[in-house]
Amino acid sequence: MKPSVPAAPALDALPAVRPDRVPLMLLPVLVLAALPLTGSLSTWVTLTFAGLAMGMIIFIIASGLTLVFGLMDVLNFGHGVFITLGAFLATAVLGRMTGWTESESLTRNLAAVLPAMLAAVVVAGLVGLAFERLIIRPVYGQPLKQIMITMGGMIVGVELIKVVWGPQAIPLPLPAAFRGSFLFGEAAVEKYRLIAVVVGLAVFGAMSWVLGRTKVGLLIRAGVQDREMVESLGYRIGRLFVGVFVAGSALAGLGGVMWGLYQQSVTPEMGGQINVLLFIVIIIGGMGSVGGCFIGALLVGLISNYAGFLAPKVALFSNILLMVAVLLWRPQGLYSVVKR
Amino acid sequence: MSTPLLKLEAVHTHIGAYHILHGVDLEVAHGELTVLLGRNGAGKTTTLRTIMGLWHPSAGRVLFDGEDLGALGTPEIAHRGISYVPENMGIFAELTVAENMLLAARGAKRPEDIDPKRLEWVFGLFPALKRFWQHPAGLLSGGQKQMVAVARAIIEPRKLLLIDEPSKGLAPAIIQNMVEAFRELKRTDTTILLVEQNFNFARQLGDRVAVMDDGRVVHAGTMAALAGDEGLQQQLLGLSLAAHQ
Repeated sequence: MKPSVPAAPALDALPAVRPDRVPLMLLPVLVLAALPLTGSLSTWVTLTFAGLAMGMIIFIIASGLTLVFGLMDVLNFGHGVFITLGAFLATAVLGRMTGWTESESLTRNLAAVLPAMLAAVVVAGLVGLAFERLIIRPVYGQPLKQIMITMGGMIVGVELIKVVWGPQAIPLPLPAAFRGSFLFGEAAVEKYRLIAVVVGLAVFGAMSWVLGRTKVGLLIRAGVQDREMVESLGYRIGRLFVGVFVAGSALAGLGGVMWGLYQQSVTPEMGGQINVLLFIVIIIGGMGSVGGCFIGALLVGLISNYAGFLAPKVALFSNILLMVAVLLWRPQGLYSVVKR
Repeated sequence: MSTPLLKLEAVHTHIGAYHILHGVDLEVAHGELTVLLGRNGAGKTTTLRTIMGLWHPSAGRVLFDGEDLGALGTPEIAHRGISYVPENMGIFAELTVAENMLLAARGAKRPEDIDPKRLEWVFGLFPALKRFWQHPAGLLSGGQKQMVAVARAIIEPRKLLLIDEPSKGLAPAIIQNMVEAFRELKRTDTTILLVEQNFNFARQLGDRVAVMDDGRVVHAGTMAALAGDEGLQQQLLGLSLAAHQ
């Protein structure tokens, strides 16, 4: 009997399109699985919102980092300095506007917070531009040197922040209208956590629109997959990278303000401490994938909060366990974009 | 031979410590299809990548329309009017076919902005493209991806196409579609430099041929002369045309 030879596919045979939604399902599965474990609906609601808020802030900070890696294979261990810078700028701006932040008026509170966020975004973006030019550009394509020099850059940056603001922790109290909680039945959800979720969703929405609906976004998505081909089509990937790096630094500055307000205190070391979480998130999500980064950040935020409540000792390494589990399942992360 | 659009003069290329091209001399005439033949490792792909600026020549000159491309970056070379289809096709797997094409249409911001007449002409060459226009390119078969890669290279008029092994791994029906498409391109006076190992495919299309070995061009002439001389084929390629039929 002759072995059967598979027929060549027809020239116009339509491929089956099956969007990969399995990683997305992890979020509802995790949230629902935590419900019986937490023991009460109100505790579950509070923990879930806390996790989502934390995840959203981490996403804002990490989204630029994952694109920076995806576009140019640059591992920027200095990303944390932009977070710290953003947070300290917020203390400087809000510290001069205490009359407005202590007012019960939401409008006056927003009129204080928005300039603080704007200052953080602009200054972190400009510092990011200088960081790329002076520190990263000389070590393109040299991963080991990138790790060393970006870490060195962060150490220098943190020391400069200490020179300006001092080494001690500085309080960053929430504006008056952001304090307190909303009550949903017996469940208390802090107002600021709700705000963080809204801001995080807005950033994710804006980023999805830019990446999905504009030519620049298309170039970024293409560059993450195959930068050499993007250059062969006539586009200067280096310029695109600088733009993404500046945007990523600016977002880290914004995230620094959000994180500082979340913690209600800022320290020069805060960026370095969050750095570890950022790398866990972008590895879980798949290097270069913004969607994966979003899911990864929410998973990390939720697991940190659930584990902190259910098993505080496990909380110390719960995110590492999550990363190991994801990598055992999908070694390239939840959504593999970079094939190099 | 008419005026060369592309001329390589004693081009040497190093990749790290390896010396790959050892003084390549090559001319590609206006409006002709030149085939670059040779065994694996002869330097054909490196020649295309050197022309495209993906690797820079360590010596010698790459002249395009009289201009030395040696100091230019890849995007600038593409802007001079050169399209490149790499051996791996360079398809953006996560993007749709429409998005892949949009990237090559540099003046267009949305797929609807692509010149409709040009697009219809491309659909005429590869009718199947129309059906999977909105599909993710990564889900297509190898042959369909090759169609996208070639279509992307010609979605806007270019002076020179560099195409690396378009028949590699394709089913015979798809190879025939490619042959017809390249014949139509030749009728539009497009200049093409095609790297091939499939001599039967190359023979159907080539006006001129250059054979490479060990990083040098060891033979250049008309395709008709090589196709009609089995002894020369044996000598240059270590095979006969009959063996491929």
